[in-house]
Amino acid sequence: MDQLVAICIDGVIYSSWLFTSAIGLTLIYGVMKILNITHGSFYALGAYTAASVTGTLLARGMEPLLSYLVLLGSAAAVALIVAPFLERGLLRFMYVKDEVVIMLITYACFLMLEDAIKLIWGVDPYFVAEPYGLLDSFEIGSLTYPNYNLLLIGIAAMSGLGLVYVLNRTRVGRLLLAVIHDPEISRAMGVNVDRFYLVTFSFGAFLAAMAGAFTAPTLSVVPAMGVDIIVLSFAVVVIGGLGSLQGAAVGAVIVGLVRSVSIHLAPELELFVIYFVMALVLAVRPRGLFSIAEARKI
Amino acid sequence: MSAQKEPSRPDESSLPRADSSVTTVLTIAGAVLLLSLAAPQWAKFLLTIALAKGLVVLGLLPQMRTGLVSFGQALYYCLGAYAAGLAAKWFAVSDLILMIFIGGSLAAVLALVVGVLLSRYRSIFYGLLSLALSMILYGLLVKTEALGSTDGFNVAPFTLFGYRPEQDSVRNVMLVVVTTIATVSALVIHRHLRTPLGRMTTAIRDNEIRLEYMGASARRVIYVNYVIGAVLAGIGGAIVAAAVGHIDPEMAYWTMSGEFVFMAILAGTASVLAPFLGAAIFSAIHSFAFDVSPNTWQMILGASLLLVIVFLPDGLWSLFRRAERS
Repeated sequence: MDQLVAICIDGVIYSSWLFTSAIGLTLIYGVMKILNITHGSFYALGAYTAASVTGTLLARGMEPLLSYLVLLGSAAAVALIVAPFLERGLLRFMYVKDEVVIMLITYACFLMLEDAIKLIWGVDPYFVAEPYGLLDSFEIGSLTYPNYNLLLIGIAAMSGLGLVYVLNRTRVGRLLLAVIHDPEISRAMGVNVDRFYLVTFSFGAFLAAMAGAFTAPTLSVVPAMGVDIIVLSFAVVVIGGLGSLQGAAVGAVIVGLVRSVSIHLAPELELFVIYFVMALVLAVRPRGLFSIAEARKI
Repeated sequence: MSAQKEPSRPDESSLPRADSSVTTVLTIAGAVLLLSLAAPQWAKFLLTIALAKGLVVLGLLPQMRTGLVSFGQALYYCLGAYAAGLAAKWFAVSDLILMIFIGGSLAAVLALVVGVLLSRYRSIFYGLLSLALSMILYGLLVKTEALGSTDGFNVAPFTLFGYRPEQDSVRNVMLVVVTTIATVSALVIHRHLRTPLGRMTTAIRDNEIRLEYMGASARRVIYVNYVIGAVLAGIGGAIVAAAVGHIDPEMAYWTMSGEFVFMAILAGTASVLAPFLGAAIFSAIHSFAFDVSPNTWQMILGASLLLVIVFLPDGLWSLFRRAERS
């Protein structure tokens, strides 16, 4: 019984973490048709910035509860500085190219950002555990969980619901849907498509950086974290169907539960099952669970 | 004498310059071999690895000509390496040629099955599914204690036709074998691309539906190319396993596949020699930049990839074409 509860709770926590990490990827793909490998870099940048800034401020005697705001602020700073630079400076000239080529361009940027991170922060791990331990913990049966996990779940829910609200209930969201549907006609109708691309890319980067920033307190921040997160996010997003928000949520829940089941029952299969599920879904539904069929063009 | 020759063989002159390509490949292979046999040991080793990886990239070439980029070539690279390594470990196979054969055939068997599924996929979904498949292997190997999990295991020194090369000639033997395999594979692929099936490869990229209207099966072409790519990747992996003497699961990680795609983009797909050029340049950047500043070599790689994609979309090989034309 305890094990079942543990599997469910771990699964939910892990799913929400996955969702936050992957949602930016699906957003950027949905709007701009870019499979953004730099997503992993933004995640790592967010984690590093958060860990170093929070660590420094706490050492100078900052009120510990403020550290959550600092985490959020670091993510925003990363997104506001790096993302527009990348989108305006490079990617916007590449939109005419093939999807696969754009993906390779983001791969090149990913390689460069990996080393930029090493140059700025070095290769030693960073720790900032205070925000994690600051909140109390809750108990279910004989199991104890830190409340920080509730914060992660809250962030995932907020970002998912927030995006759905903005997309479906606001003027900007409707315009964005129009841009997704047909950028050319939207442009002809007077929509500033370039600005939508810039904002979407930056916001997607912010979501990645935020996932990194709020993950930083739970582990040691090391150079390889961007490399690992990117394939995991791919799995989540591809299972749900690229560009679909509901898809990303469902993908996150599937991967989260599958992984937590395997960690509790067969730990040696942990990585295997994630990608096995991804391959299985792709084999049955080539474009993911929540994809729309696309007509072949001559 | 010459006047008595048959008056006209119109086909001969209008044939594509297949023969000149063959001699070019053979000349370059011979030159590389002669030059490198005189080179220092470390250079021989680097060249062996570059040629082995070049084989994998050569396998990517037909796929990339169809416009499909496999982000999971590491699956077969790693499979070939582990097949060769396990043959050596469990069945005491030490013959280099046999190890390479085992690596290539196991890759072929898997690709014959998986290819049925994968040949239905296009654009990034092709890349993503192949990525998922290679990550499955990675996930399995990382957690398999019997195979050394993340550390992998060592591969015993190889023999060739029952003869165990001396310590100082191992590299030479390896180099000769690799160069031979690379040359033969390059010629085979060159030939393959000139068969009707091979010529459909570029037709698929141009317009797949029109190709099918003419009665050809795009799936079949993609399937064949995929299996060829897998075999070459398996062979490359087996060679690396024997040359390095150690294998680990990193060989199946997505960054490895990324490396192969990198090499392919760098040199382009215009010639069967281009993959080897790409692999050589990559290895050169990798080892020299890594020596100079270990923390910026990826930056150099990324920057060169970016420059090539933006300014030479057909890869470095297109420079030769330009020189030829002017």
